Amino acid sequence: MVKAKHGVDILEKCPTGIRGFDEISDGGLPKGRPTLICGSAGCGKTVLGMEFLLRGAIQYKEPGVFVSFEETPKDLAKNFSSLGYDLNDMIARKLIAMDHIYIERSEIEETGEYDLEGLFIRLAYAIDSIKAKRIVLDTIESLFSGLTNAGILRAELRRLFHWLKDRGITAVVTGESGENSMTRYSLEEYVADCVILLDFRVTEQISTRRLRIIKYRGSSHGADEYPFLIEKTGISILPVTSLGLDHTVSNERISSGIPRLDNMLAGQGFYRGSTILISGTAGTGKTSFATKFAESACKRGERCLYLAFEESANQIVRNMKSIGTDLSPWVKKGKLKFHASRPTLYGLEMHLVTIHNLISDFKPRIVIVDPVSNLTAVGTSVEVKSVLTRLFDYLKASHVTTLLTDLVHFGSGLERTNEEISSLIDTWVLLRDIEINGERNRGLYILKSRGMAHSNQIREVLLSDSGIDLVEVYLGSEGVLTGSARATQEAKERAESRDYQREMDRKMREQEHKRKSLEARIKALRAEFEMESEELRMMAKDEKKRRNDVVAERDEMVRLRKADRSTNPRKEGKRKGVR
Amino acid sequence: MKNKPTGKKKSAKSPPVEEVWILRLYVAGQTPKSIAAFANLKKICDEHLAGKYRIEIVDLLKNPTLAKGDQILALPTLVRQLPPPVKKLIGDLANTERVLIGLDIKPL
Repeated sequence: MVKAKHGVDILEKCPTGIRGFDEISDGGLPKGRPTLICGSAGCGKTVLGMEFLLRGAIQYKEPGVFVSFEETPKDLAKNFSSLGYDLNDMIARKLIAMDHIYIERSEIEETGEYDLEGLFIRLAYAIDSIKAKRIVLDTIESLFSGLTNAGILRAELRRLFHWLKDRGITAVVTGESGENSMTRYSLEEYVADCVILLDFRVTEQISTRRLRIIKYRGSSHGADEYPFLIEKTGISILPVTSLGLDHTVSNERISSGIPRLDNMLAGQGFYRGSTILISGTAGTGKTSFATKFAESACKRGERCLYLAFEESANQIVRNMKSIGTDLSPWVKKGKLKFHASRPTLYGLEMHLVTIHNLISDFKPRIVIVDPVSNLTAVGTSVEVKSVLTRLFDYLKASHVTTLLTDLVHFGSGLERTNEEISSLIDTWVLLRDIEINGERNRGLYILKSRGMAHSNQIREVLLSDSGIDLVEVYLGSEGVLTGSARATQEAKERAESRDYQREMDRKMREQEHKRKSLEARIKALRAEFEMESEELRMMAKDEKKRRNDVVAERDEMVRLRKADRSTNPRKEGKRKGVR
Repeated sequence: MKNKPTGKKKSAKSPPVEEVWILRLYVAGQTPKSIAAFANLKKICDEHLAGKYRIEIVDLLKNPTLAKGDQILALPTLVRQLPPPVKKLIGDLANTERVLIGLDIKPL
C-alpha cells in the first residue's frame, strides 16, 4: 500500500493488461484483494479470468494459479491455446500453475465436523510452487453443490478470502448469476471489494456482451455498461468513457485527393483530424470520393483504414479502377487496409469494439467508414448516435481524419442524416442528383466546413476514367443546368452569341451602306445644286448680255432714227466701244 | 493417536482368506478434528473390521502434493482404497452410522 498525504492507504491496482479494462477500472483490479466476476453461463467469466492470469504472467511478470472447479486441465489447455497461449509451456516455465478441484457429492459421505483445510493446502502449495501473485478460482460455487453443509462452507469461504488477502494475492473469483442475487450462493457477501458483472444480451437476434463494474471499493471506476468482445487474442473492452471535447486540434490541412474540391475548401482541403461526411443518394459517387481520399493519403505515405459495410474489398478495388484509382498497390504495400463486414454480422457495439481494435492495431491516420448509414441497420438511432459519438471522439483524440459516407434515401431531406450526426461533423460535402430533361447528373456542394471559408458554389461532378472532376454548373436565366442540358445550353448560348454577332455585323454593314448612299446622294444633290448655280450664273450673264444688246440695239435704233443721244455716258462709251 | 502421522498402522493379524481394508486418512497436522477422526476410525475398525484393516495417515502439511491425487478438499477425509470402489468420507467420523454406511460395512 502506498501512503498518501494524510496517511490514508491508497488502493494499489493490479493491471490486467486486458484491452480497455484497465481504463475503465482506473488501473486494474484491487491489488491483493479478491474480485468477483459474476454473470450467466457463457458470458465470458472464465476467459476473463484466464486472460487476467496469462497477461499478468507475461506482461507484468506476476505468475498466477488457475484453480478450476469445472473444467479439466486438458480442456483448459485447449481453451488457453485458443487464445494463443501454450499453457503447457507456461506451466513448464513456472508462469502458471493449475489445479483442478473436482468434487462429486455422490462419492462423499459427511460423517461429522470438517473444514476445507485441504483446499487451503492445495492452494498454498500451488501458490508457493511458482510464487504466484494472482489466482483465479473458477467457479468456487461448485463447492456448494458438492458439500451439503452450507454453514461450514460459508465460514470456510470467508476464511479463504481473508487468507488470500493476508497473502497479498490478487484473486479473481467467478460466480454464476443467481435469480435474485448477483451470484447463486451470494458470493458477493464475501467478496466485497470489487464486483464485476458480465452480461450477454440478445436483441433482435444480435447478441452483445457487456461488462459493468458494479462495485469497486476505494476506487473510482466507470459506471456504465461497456460492450466487450471475445476475440482471437482475448477480451477487449471498449473504454467508452466520455472523452470530452478537450482534444488538441491540428492546423494541418490535407488534400481530399481532388484538386478542385480542395479549391472549394479554401484552397487547401480538409483539416487533419476532422470528421468529414459525404452524404448523398444512391449512386452519387460517395465511394469514389472516399477512395480518392484514401489514395491521396496513401500517396502521402499515411496508413488508411477502409471500413466497408457495403461492398467487399475486391469489389471496391475493381470498381475504382474504372475511375482511374488503382488501390491494389497500396493494399499490397500495407498502406491501405480494408475491413469489410456486414453490419448485421454483429451488434453495433461489437462493431465499435472491432473498429477500435483495428485502429489501435493498424494505427491509421485516415479512417473511412463506407457507409456509416448501414450501421443504423443494427441499432436504434439513439444507440447509433451514442456509439458514433464515442467513435468520433476517440478518432479525434487520436488525430485520425475520418471520412464517412452516408446514404440518404430518396424522399427524405437531403440535408439531414439518418443518425442525426450532423453536429459531429466538421466538413459536410453533399452530393446530389440533379434531374433535368430526363437525365440525372451529380451535383456537389459543401454544406458546411468548420473553420474555413469554403465555396458556396454548386459544382457538377464528372466521373470519368481519368478520375473525378468538378466543373462549374451552368447558372443562367434558366436556372442550374447540368450534364447535357448544361452542354446544350452552353452550345445554345454560343450559337446565340454567334447569331447576334452576325446580326450586328449585318447592321453595321447596312449602316455603312446607308452612310455611303447618303453621301452619294449628298454628292448628287450638291452636284445638282452646283449645276443649277452654274446655270443661274450663266443665265445672269446671258441676261446682262441680252440687256446690253437691247441697249445697243436701242442706241442703234436711236442712231438710225437720228434721235437725241442718250445722256448715259456709259452708253456713250459703249456706243463708242461698239463703234 | 501415538504421534505417528505419516506412518502405517497395521492390525495385529491379517487373515489370508478375507479381504484387506486399506483406509487412508488425510489430515493436516494434529488438529482436534484429526485426532478425533483417528480415534473414531480406530474404534469403528476395531469393532467391525478387527484384524483385516490397515490405516494409512497422510499429513498434507508434510506432503501437500498428495492432496491432488485423491481430490482432497475437506479435512479430515477418509478414503477407502480397498476394497473397491473408492469411497470418501469427510468429517471427524463422529457419526458412526454414517461412517458404516459410507464405508459400506455391514454391522455385525
